[in-house]
Amino acid sequence: MAMGLIGKKIGMIRVFLKDGTSLPATVIEVKPNYVTAVRTEEKDGYRAIQVGAFEGKEKHLTKAELGHLKKVGRVLRKLKEFRVDNPQDYQIGQELRVEKVFQPGELVDVVGRSKGRGFAGTMKRWDFGGFPKSHGHRYHRAVGSIGNRSDPGRVWKGKRMAGHWGNEPIRVQSLLVLDVVPGLNLLIVKGSVPGPNGGVVYVEKSTIAGRKSQRLKLNRIKHMAENILKGELV
Amino acid sequence: MSGLLQKVEEIYTVKKDYPNFRVGDTIRVHYKIVEGDKERVQPFEGVVIRVRGAGSGKTFTVRKESYGVGIERTFPYYSPNIEKIELVKYGKVRRARLYFLRKYKGKEAMGMIREIKPWEFKKPK
Repeated sequence: MAMGLIGKKIGMIRVFLKDGTSLPATVIEVKPNYVTAVRTEEKDGYRAIQVGAFEGKEKHLTKAELGHLKKVGRVLRKLKEFRVDNPQDYQIGQELRVEKVFQPGELVDVVGRSKGRGFAGTMKRWDFGGFPKSHGHRYHRAVGSIGNRSDPGRVWKGKRMAGHWGNEPIRVQSLLVLDVVPGLNLLIVKGSVPGPNGGVVYVEKSTIAGRKSQRLKLNRIKHMAENILKGELV
Repeated sequence: MSGLLQKVEEIYTVKKDYPNFRVGDTIRVHYKIVEGDKERVQPFEGVVIRVRGAGSGKTFTVRKESYGVGIERTFPYYSPNIEKIELVKYGKVRRARLYFLRKYKGKEAMGMIREIKPWEFKKPK
Protein backbone atom coordinates (compact mmCIF):
# COMPACT_ATOMS: atom_id res chain seq x y z
CA MET A 1 0.00 0.00 0.00
CA ALA A 2 1.22 3.38 -0.87
CA MET A 3 0.04 6.86 -1.64
CA GLY A 4 -2.82 6.83 -4.10
CA LEU A 5 -5.89 8.57 -5.41
CA ILE A 6 -9.45 7.69 -6.33
CA GLY A 7 -10.45 7.90 -9.98
CA LYS A 8 -12.92 6.78 -12.59
CA LYS A 9 -12.17 4.51 -15.52
CA ILE A 10 -13.17 6.30 -18.73
CA GLY A 11 -12.18 3.76 -21.37
CA MET A 12 -9.37 2.50 -23.53
CA ILE A 13 -7.61 4.06 -26.50
CA ARG A 14 -4.64 3.32 -28.74
CA VAL A 15 -1.61 5.57 -28.37
CA PHE A 16 1.37 5.79 -30.72
CA LEU A 17 4.96 6.59 -29.89
CA LYS A 18 7.08 8.58 -32.30
CA ASP A 19 8.84 5.43 -33.52
CA GLY A 20 5.48 3.96 -34.51
CA THR A 21 4.98 1.64 -31.53
CA SER A 22 1.31 1.24 -30.81
CA LEU A 23 0.35 0.97 -27.14
CA PRO A 24 -2.95 0.03 -25.53
CA ALA A 25 -3.82 2.65 -22.94
CA THR A 26 -6.52 3.18 -20.34
CA VAL A 27 -7.81 6.64 -19.56
CA ILE A 28 -8.55 7.27 -15.88
CA GLU A 29 -10.18 10.49 -14.75
CA VAL A 30 -8.80 11.59 -11.39
CA LYS A 31 -10.57 14.74 -10.30
CA PRO A 32 -9.01 16.57 -7.34
CA ASN A 33 -9.10 14.38 -4.22
CA TYR A 34 -9.21 15.74 -0.68
CA VAL A 35 -7.57 14.56 2.51
CA THR A 36 -10.40 13.66 4.87
CA ALA A 37 -8.48 12.15 7.78
CA VAL A 38 -4.92 11.64 8.94
CA ARG A 39 -3.89 8.48 10.77
CA THR A 40 -0.71 8.73 12.82
CA GLU A 41 1.42 6.16 14.59
CA GLU A 42 0.78 7.72 18.02
CA LYS A 43 -2.97 8.01 17.74
CA ASP A 44 -4.00 5.15 15.49
CA GLY A 45 -1.07 2.77 15.52
CA TYR A 46 -0.40 3.08 11.81
CA ARG A 47 0.45 5.77 9.31
CA ALA A 48 -2.01 6.59 6.58
CA ILE A 49 -4.17 9.28 5.10
CA GLN A 50 -7.81 8.99 4.18
CA VAL A 51 -8.67 10.44 0.81
CA GLY A 52 -12.10 11.36 -0.51
CA ALA A 53 -13.41 11.94 -4.02
CA PHE A 54 -16.60 12.27 -6.07
CA GLU A 55 -18.49 15.27 -4.81
CA GLY A 56 -22.17 14.62 -4.35
CA LYS A 57 -25.31 15.99 -2.79
CA GLU A 58 -25.85 16.13 0.94
CA LYS A 59 -29.01 14.05 0.73
CA HIS A 60 -27.02 11.08 -0.50
CA LEU A 61 -24.91 10.85 2.63
CA THR A 62 -25.88 9.88 6.16
CA LYS A 63 -25.55 12.31 9.04
CA ALA A 64 -22.62 10.34 10.38
CA GLU A 65 -20.79 10.60 7.08
CA LEU A 66 -21.50 14.32 6.85
CA GLY A 67 -20.20 14.76 10.40
CA HIS A 68 -16.99 13.01 9.44
CA LEU A 69 -16.57 15.34 6.46
CA LYS A 70 -17.42 18.51 8.44
CA LYS A 71 -13.79 19.57 8.75
CA VAL A 72 -13.19 18.98 5.04
CA GLY A 73 -16.09 21.20 4.07
CA ARG A 74 -17.03 19.08 1.08
CA VAL A 75 -19.55 16.33 0.39
CA LEU A 76 -17.50 13.36 -0.83
CA ARG A 77 -19.07 10.04 -1.69
CA LYS A 78 -16.02 7.77 -1.85
CA LEU A 79 -13.41 7.46 0.88
CA LYS A 80 -10.28 5.33 0.89
CA GLU A 81 -7.23 5.08 3.12
CA PHE A 82 -3.75 4.91 1.70
CA ARG A 83 -0.67 4.06 3.77
CA VAL A 84 1.94 6.80 3.67
CA ASP A 85 5.25 7.26 5.48
CA ASN A 86 4.68 10.82 6.61
CA PRO A 87 1.00 11.50 7.36
CA GLN A 88 1.88 14.62 9.36
CA ASP A 89 2.72 16.37 6.08
CA TYR A 90 -0.95 16.34 5.11
CA GLN A 91 -3.73 18.50 6.50
CA ILE A 92 -7.39 17.69 6.52
CA GLY A 93 -9.07 19.37 3.58
CA GLN A 94 -5.88 19.49 1.51
CA GLU A 95 -6.41 19.17 -2.21
CA LEU A 96 -4.55 16.36 -4.00
CA ARG A 97 -4.17 16.69 -7.75
CA VAL A 98 -3.08 13.99 -10.19
CA GLU A 99 -0.09 15.85 -11.52
CA LYS A 100 1.27 16.32 -7.98
CA VAL A 101 1.06 12.63 -7.11
CA PHE A 102 1.88 10.77 -10.34
CA GLN A 103 4.49 11.44 -12.98
CA PRO A 104 4.78 9.90 -16.45
CA GLY A 105 7.24 7.02 -16.57
CA GLU A 106 6.54 5.58 -13.12
CA LEU A 107 4.76 2.37 -12.20
CA VAL A 108 1.35 2.29 -10.51
CA ASP A 109 -1.05 -0.34 -9.21
CA VAL A 110 -4.73 -0.03 -10.05
CA VAL A 111 -7.47 -1.61 -7.94
CA GLY A 112 -10.93 -1.90 -9.42
CA ARG A 113 -14.03 -4.00 -9.08
CA SER A 114 -14.18 -6.51 -11.91
CA LYS A 115 -17.25 -6.81 -14.13
CA GLY A 116 -19.86 -9.05 -12.51
CA ARG A 117 -20.64 -12.20 -14.51
CA GLY A 118 -23.25 -13.62 -12.19
CA PHE A 119 -23.46 -17.35 -11.45
CA ALA A 120 -21.07 -18.93 -13.93
CA GLY A 121 -20.44 -22.58 -14.71
CA THR A 122 -17.01 -24.17 -14.59
CA MET A 123 -16.40 -23.91 -18.32
CA LYS A 124 -16.85 -20.15 -18.28
CA ARG A 125 -15.42 -19.50 -14.85
CA TRP A 126 -12.40 -21.81 -14.78
CA ASP A 127 -11.90 -22.75 -18.44
CA PHE A 128 -12.80 -26.42 -17.87
CA GLY A 129 -12.95 -28.46 -21.02
CA GLY A 130 -16.45 -29.87 -20.65
CA PHE A 131 -17.62 -33.00 -22.42
CA PRO A 132 -18.32 -33.83 -26.08
CA LYS A 133 -21.44 -32.31 -27.52
CA SER A 134 -22.41 -35.44 -29.40
CA HIS A 135 -21.58 -39.15 -29.78
CA GLY A 136 -24.11 -40.19 -27.20
CA HIS A 137 -22.98 -37.97 -24.35
CA ARG A 138 -25.70 -37.18 -21.90
CA TYR A 139 -24.02 -34.16 -20.29
CA HIS A 140 -21.97 -31.46 -21.91
CA ARG A 141 -20.97 -28.59 -19.69
CA ALA A 142 -21.03 -30.37 -16.30
CA VAL A 143 -18.15 -30.31 -13.81
CA GLY A 144 -17.30 -34.02 -13.82
CA SER A 145 -15.48 -35.63 -10.92
CA ILE A 146 -14.61 -33.42 -7.96
CA GLY A 147 -12.32 -35.78 -6.11
CA ASN A 148 -11.36 -39.34 -5.10
CA ARG A 149 -13.13 -41.97 -2.95
CA SER A 150 -12.55 -42.82 0.71
CA ASP A 151 -9.09 -41.29 0.64
CA PRO A 152 -9.32 -38.34 1.31
CA GLY A 153 -13.09 -38.89 1.62
CA ARG A 154 -13.84 -35.22 1.17
CA VAL A 155 -13.52 -32.48 -1.42
CA TRP A 156 -10.33 -30.44 -1.26
CA LYS A 157 -10.74 -26.88 -0.09
CA GLY A 158 -10.60 -24.40 -2.93
CA LYS A 159 -11.82 -26.94 -5.51
CA ARG A 160 -12.79 -24.99 -8.60
CA MET A 161 -16.54 -25.19 -9.04
CA ALA A 162 -19.43 -23.20 -10.46
CA GLY A 163 -20.46 -20.09 -8.60
CA HIS A 164 -20.54 -16.34 -8.57
CA TRP A 165 -17.85 -14.82 -10.76
CA GLY A 166 -16.67 -11.24 -11.00
CA ASN A 167 -17.68 -8.12 -9.05
CA GLU A 168 -14.70 -8.55 -6.75
CA PRO A 169 -11.72 -6.27 -6.11
CA ILE A 170 -8.87 -6.96 -8.50
CA ARG A 171 -5.44 -5.37 -8.34
CA VAL A 172 -3.38 -4.95 -11.47
CA GLN A 173 0.23 -4.39 -10.55
CA SER A 174 2.88 -2.13 -12.04
CA LEU A 175 1.26 -0.38 -14.96
CA LEU A 176 3.34 2.26 -16.68
CA VAL A 177 2.03 5.82 -16.47
CA LEU A 178 2.12 7.12 -20.02
CA ASP A 179 0.90 10.62 -19.41
CA VAL A 180 -0.76 12.94 -16.94
CA VAL A 181 -3.07 15.61 -18.32
CA PRO A 182 -3.56 18.23 -15.59
CA GLY A 183 -6.09 20.30 -17.52
CA LEU A 184 -8.56 17.46 -17.89
CA ASN A 185 -7.49 15.67 -14.66
CA LEU A 186 -6.53 12.57 -16.59
CA LEU A 187 -4.11 9.75 -15.97
CA ILE A 188 -3.18 7.58 -18.94
CA VAL A 189 -1.73 4.16 -18.07
CA LYS A 190 -0.48 1.43 -20.35
CA GLY A 191 -2.57 -1.70 -20.41
CA SER A 192 -6.00 -2.55 -19.09
CA VAL A 193 -7.67 -1.88 -15.77
CA PRO A 194 -10.35 -3.97 -14.02
CA GLY A 195 -14.00 -2.96 -14.12
CA PRO A 196 -16.45 -1.41 -16.53
CA ASN A 197 -16.07 2.02 -18.08
CA GLY A 198 -17.26 4.52 -15.51
CA GLY A 199 -16.25 2.26 -12.63
CA VAL A 200 -14.39 3.51 -9.57
CA VAL A 201 -10.67 2.66 -9.49
CA TYR A 202 -8.00 3.26 -6.88
CA VAL A 203 -4.64 4.21 -8.34
CA GLU A 204 -1.66 3.67 -6.05
CA LYS A 205 2.08 3.95 -6.31
CA SER A 206 3.24 0.47 -7.23
CA THR A 207 4.16 -1.63 -4.22
CA ILE A 208 6.42 -3.93 -6.21
CA ALA A 209 8.18 -1.18 -8.17
CA GLY A 210 11.34 -1.67 -6.12
CA ARG A 211 11.69 -5.35 -7.00
CA LYS A 212 14.39 -6.53 -9.33
CA SER A 213 11.92 -7.93 -11.83
CA GLN A 214 10.14 -4.60 -12.02
CA ARG A 215 13.40 -2.71 -12.41
CA LEU A 216 14.24 -5.05 -15.28
CA LYS A 217 10.82 -4.46 -16.74
CA LEU A 218 11.30 -0.72 -16.55
CA ASN A 219 14.66 -1.20 -18.23
CA ARG A 220 13.06 -3.26 -20.95
CA ILE A 221 10.48 -0.63 -21.73
CA LYS A 222 12.97 2.16 -21.18
CA HIS A 223 12.78 3.26 -24.78
CA MET A 224 9.04 3.67 -24.33
CA ALA A 225 9.45 5.62 -21.14
CA GLU A 226 12.09 7.83 -22.73
CA ASN A 227 9.90 8.42 -25.72
CA ILE A 228 7.07 9.32 -23.41
CA LEU A 229 9.15 11.76 -21.46
CA LYS A 230 10.26 13.34 -24.72
CA GLY A 231 6.61 13.84 -25.49
CA GLU A 232 4.73 11.22 -27.45
CA LEU A 233 2.67 12.59 -30.23
CA VAL A 234 1.37 16.11 -30.48
CA MET B 1 -18.58 10.02 -20.90
CA SER B 2 -17.61 8.92 -24.35
CA GLY B 3 -17.30 12.59 -25.24
CA LEU B 4 -14.35 12.81 -22.87
CA LEU B 5 -12.77 9.72 -24.41
CA GLN B 6 -13.03 11.28 -27.85
CA LYS B 7 -11.39 14.41 -26.52
CA VAL B 8 -8.50 12.35 -25.18
CA GLU B 9 -8.17 10.52 -28.48
CA GLU B 10 -7.88 13.85 -30.24
CA ILE B 11 -4.97 14.76 -27.99
CA TYR B 12 -3.02 11.66 -28.95
CA THR B 13 -3.73 11.44 -32.65
CA VAL B 14 -2.08 13.53 -35.31
CA LYS B 15 -4.45 14.79 -37.97
CA LYS B 16 -3.71 12.93 -41.19
CA ASP B 17 -4.40 14.53 -44.55
CA TYR B 18 -4.91 11.33 -46.50
CA PRO B 19 -7.03 11.36 -49.62
CA ASN B 20 -10.52 10.20 -48.81
CA PHE B 21 -10.16 6.52 -49.76
CA ARG B 22 -12.86 3.91 -49.36
CA VAL B 23 -13.18 0.16 -49.56
CA GLY B 24 -12.56 -0.96 -53.15
CA ASP B 25 -10.14 1.82 -53.99
CA THR B 26 -6.56 1.06 -54.96
CA ILE B 27 -4.07 2.98 -52.83
CA ARG B 28 -0.34 3.20 -52.39
CA VAL B 29 0.80 3.36 -48.75
CA HIS B 30 4.25 4.81 -48.15
CA TYR B 31 5.38 3.08 -44.99
CA LYS B 32 8.53 3.88 -43.05
CA ILE B 33 10.75 0.91 -42.26
CA VAL B 34 13.80 0.92 -39.98
CA GLU B 35 16.57 -1.42 -41.07
CA GLY B 36 19.37 -1.44 -38.56
CA ASP B 37 19.91 2.25 -38.10
CA LYS B 38 18.77 3.23 -41.58
CA GLU B 39 15.26 4.33 -42.36
CA ARG B 40 13.61 3.97 -45.72
CA VAL B 41 10.15 4.28 -47.17
CA GLN B 42 8.51 1.25 -48.68
CA PRO B 43 5.43 1.68 -50.84
CA PHE B 44 2.70 -0.93 -50.62
CA GLU B 45 0.11 -0.76 -53.37
CA GLY B 46 -3.13 -2.68 -53.39
CA VAL B 47 -6.89 -2.73 -52.93
CA VAL B 48 -8.45 -1.60 -49.68
CA ILE B 49 -10.50 -4.57 -48.55
CA ARG B 50 -11.48 -3.42 -45.07
CA VAL B 51 -11.68 -0.27 -42.96
CA ARG B 52 -12.55 -0.99 -39.36
CA GLY B 53 -12.85 0.86 -36.08
CA ALA B 54 -13.07 4.51 -35.24
CA GLY B 55 -10.93 6.99 -33.41
CA SER B 56 -7.29 6.20 -32.71
CA GLY B 57 -7.87 2.46 -33.10
CA LYS B 58 -8.98 2.75 -36.74
CA THR B 59 -7.21 0.40 -39.15
CA PHE B 60 -7.44 -0.51 -42.81
CA THR B 61 -6.31 -3.59 -44.71
CA VAL B 62 -4.70 -3.48 -48.13
CA ARG B 63 -4.50 -6.56 -50.35
CA LYS B 64 -2.13 -7.03 -53.23
CA GLU B 65 -0.81 -9.90 -55.28
CA SER B 66 2.89 -10.45 -55.52
CA TYR B 67 4.21 -13.19 -57.84
CA GLY B 68 0.91 -15.00 -57.63
CA VAL B 69 0.75 -14.89 -53.85
CA GLY B 70 -1.87 -12.76 -52.15
CA ILE B 71 -0.51 -10.44 -49.47
CA GLU B 72 -2.66 -8.55 -46.99
CA ARG B 73 -1.36 -5.89 -44.69
CA THR B 74 -3.25 -4.10 -41.96
CA PHE B 75 -2.15 -0.56 -41.14
CA PRO B 76 -3.22 1.54 -38.17
CA TYR B 77 -4.84 4.60 -39.70
CA TYR B 78 -3.06 7.02 -37.38
CA SER B 79 0.32 5.28 -37.41
CA PRO B 80 3.19 7.77 -37.46
CA ASN B 81 5.04 5.37 -39.77
CA ILE B 82 2.72 6.08 -42.67
CA GLU B 83 4.42 8.85 -44.59
CA LYS B 84 1.64 9.38 -47.09
CA ILE B 85 -1.09 7.60 -48.98
CA GLU B 86 -1.74 8.01 -52.70
CA LEU B 87 -5.04 7.20 -54.28
CA VAL B 88 -4.32 5.25 -57.44
CA LYS B 89 -7.74 4.14 -58.61
CA TYR B 90 -11.31 4.53 -57.52
CA GLY B 91 -13.28 1.31 -57.38
CA LYS B 92 -16.99 0.73 -57.01
CA VAL B 93 -17.98 -2.21 -54.83
CA ARG B 94 -21.20 -3.23 -53.18
CA ARG B 95 -19.94 -4.46 -49.84
CA ALA B 96 -17.90 -3.13 -46.94
CA ARG B 97 -15.54 -6.09 -46.54
CA LEU B 98 -14.03 -7.53 -49.70
CA TYR B 99 -13.06 -10.91 -48.27
CA PHE B 100 -14.41 -12.61 -51.41
CA LEU B 101 -11.36 -11.33 -53.29
CA ARG B 102 -9.28 -13.99 -51.53
CA LYS B 103 -10.93 -16.64 -53.67
CA TYR B 104 -9.89 -15.05 -56.95
CA LYS B 105 -6.55 -14.39 -58.55
CA GLY B 106 -5.04 -11.89 -60.91
CA LYS B 107 -7.32 -10.52 -63.60
CA GLU B 108 -10.27 -12.43 -62.24
CA ALA B 109 -9.97 -10.60 -58.92
CA MET B 110 -9.54 -7.20 -60.52
CA GLY B 111 -12.63 -7.80 -62.62
CA MET B 112 -14.70 -8.00 -59.44
CA ILE B 113 -14.22 -4.32 -58.79
CA ARG B 114 -15.71 -1.85 -61.25
CA GLU B 115 -13.23 0.92 -61.77
CA ILE B 116 -14.51 4.47 -61.75
CA LYS B 117 -12.53 6.87 -63.88
CA PRO B 118 -11.76 10.17 -62.18
CA TRP B 119 -14.10 12.05 -64.54
CA GLU B 120 -16.96 9.70 -63.67
CA PHE B 121 -16.36 10.09 -59.99
CA LYS B 122 -19.05 11.89 -58.04
CA LYS B 123 -18.14 13.22 -54.67
CA PRO B 124 -19.97 11.29 -51.93
CA LYS B 125 -22.36 13.54 -50.12
